[in-house]
Amino acid sequence: MRKTLALGTAALLASTSLASAQGVVNLYNWGNYTSPELLEKFTEETGITVNVTDFDSNDTALARVRQGGHGFDIVVPTHSYLQTWISEGLLMPLDKSVVTNHGNIAPEWTDVPFDPGREYSVPWQWGTTGITVDTAVYDGNINTADIVFNPPEELKGKINVVPEMSDVMAIAIYYEGGESCTEDMEVMRRVRDTLVAAKPHWKAMDYSTVENFASGDFAAGIGWNGAAMRARFQRETVAYGYPETGFPVWMDNATVLADAQNPENAMKFINFILEPENAAMISNFARYANGVAGSDAFLDDEMRGAPELTIPEDLQEAGKFSEACPQEVNDLQSQIWTELLQ
Amino acid sequence: MASDPNQQTERHGWKWLLSTPALIVLVLAASGPLMIVIVYSFLTPGNMGGVAWEFSTDAWFRVFFRRDIFDPENVTVNQAHLAVLWRSVWLSAQTTVICAVLGFPTAWFIATRPPSQRTVWLFLITIPFWTNLLIRTFAIQEMLRNNGTINTALLWLGVINEPIPMMFTDFAVLLGMAYVFMPLMVLPLYAAMDKMDFRLVEAGYDLYASRIAVLRHVILPLVKPGFIAGSILVFIPSIGAYVTPRVLGGGQKMMLGNLIALQFGQGRNWPLGAALAMVLLIITITALVLYLRAVNRQEAKRDG
Repeated sequence: MRKTLALGTAALLASTSLASAQGVVNLYNWGNYTSPELLEKFTEETGITVNVTDFDSNDTALARVRQGGHGFDIVVPTHSYLQTWISEGLLMPLDKSVVTNHGNIAPEWTDVPFDPGREYSVPWQWGTTGITVDTAVYDGNINTADIVFNPPEELKGKINVVPEMSDVMAIAIYYEGGESCTEDMEVMRRVRDTLVAAKPHWKAMDYSTVENFASGDFAAGIGWNGAAMRARFQRETVAYGYPETGFPVWMDNATVLADAQNPENAMKFINFILEPENAAMISNFARYANGVAGSDAFLDDEMRGAPELTIPEDLQEAGKFSEACPQEVNDLQSQIWTELLQ
Repeated sequence: MASDPNQQTERHGWKWLLSTPALIVLVLAASGPLMIVIVYSFLTPGNMGGVAWEFSTDAWFRVFFRRDIFDPENVTVNQAHLAVLWRSVWLSAQTTVICAVLGFPTAWFIATRPPSQRTVWLFLITIPFWTNLLIRTFAIQEMLRNNGTINTALLWLGVINEPIPMMFTDFAVLLGMAYVFMPLMVLPLYAAMDKMDFRLVEAGYDLYASRIAVLRHVILPLVKPGFIAGSILVFIPSIGAYVTPRVLGGGQKMMLGNLIALQFGQGRNWPLGAALAMVLLIITITALVLYLRAVNRQEAKRDG
């Protein structure tokens, strides 16, 4: 009996040491954002196991990593937070001798203002925040923020605005002719008045847009393009519009933490997701575009060329990288936000 | 040996050591974080979240007052915060009343079953606790939405022609909160009724009291401690409720919990969030003190 136990223990020890020789990599990512098949494929190819921990906001992720002792290797912050991560020394520059697929990053996503030359980060997914409309209820122009801020009669009381302060503020500021994070008090006063006047026409400020558009509970609103596409798969008449006055563009980026325990494995993973086929797996799961050249060929049929994933030529100018505003501006915005939600 | 008084006290002297684990947990898990919250509420917001180690009473000032965003000279009472605070208290009070009104007959029903059946009924009351709060809340959403269970059934029966919009209303929030917190009212009420001497009810009838009179003058005073304990148990978690108002209320109107979460998240003003959390704590403590006083008064009355 004791002998079998000892043998068993030895076998167990051997197997764990084998596993640790091949190693692990700890990924800290947005919830419901990581394709399980992608991770399986990575483990098959490299023998490295991937552990995923979820976060629900950039602020949570930043606060947790700042504290230290987190044990993560890779984190996926949004572009607007990336400069903070870099300037606080939380990230490790990419090891291009391992990340040999660096050149696969689509040209328009390589020299980005939030990480010039992509020294620290690679694209995970990108998207836009725009207008979702059920065209069965309203068939006018959907490329305007009027849908939400000055809604037509048939949409009143059926509007949902995602409770994402910075995105909603940005769209409202562009709508009033300002720059994102503006400190122009005249613009901000108009923004507040517009929001306060529009809110009685809104039904909800909720994140669960896909099922509510699919069920017909919502007929219009501010939301993300990937969610609008998933709603359209369930209800054909749901369409996605890009406000011509301006709309936020965002990108979540995979980065390696400066205090990563498994930096080599992390770099291997970064390199792995830059393979077009693997990048497509990320998109097929979470339903956003990915910023890796050549991945379109591997996308699900229903996603290839989807209007939600391709900004029309004439509206590309209106898309702007959202910024994380300085503290005073953010404070101003959250006061308006509190007033709106009081 | 055992009667040696010195040894007795010595043994007693060491006994408190047995409570060390509890004390450590209390100090580390309760007081520690609380101290951090107090300290944070007197600091300055850091860059992109966190705090900067600079003393400031600004957070506390802003809990109650606001400088007009567009005219900083103009200081007024912070109506937005007070509105949120009032909504939280009001909604919690309503939840408590609904739970009391519905919980009383439920508890009475259980208490008047034969003893062998009571455990089964009590067991049934605790079933909702087996499922996570979030999942239960989403289940309610499935019932209330436009093409949810209730509307589909009513449409099918021909009672209505168009779905009744129930989601994202105060009704939905109240329904959700009352459902979630109901067991917390039923259980203490049942405990009070279980201890009640039913011969007193019979005595009331013997003295020609009507049913209403027995309820008012015999039963209600006897189960009052149960009502008070149940009200506290319902009111306190209601006032900090976050998930239910958010999911069922559609997030259009904040409760205190949501306002605090905003400061630690998108608002990036941890000191203000900490100060608001302290306000919530003060409300809770006030409610508890009122509860203890009520209990003491009751006991004084009984003893006197």
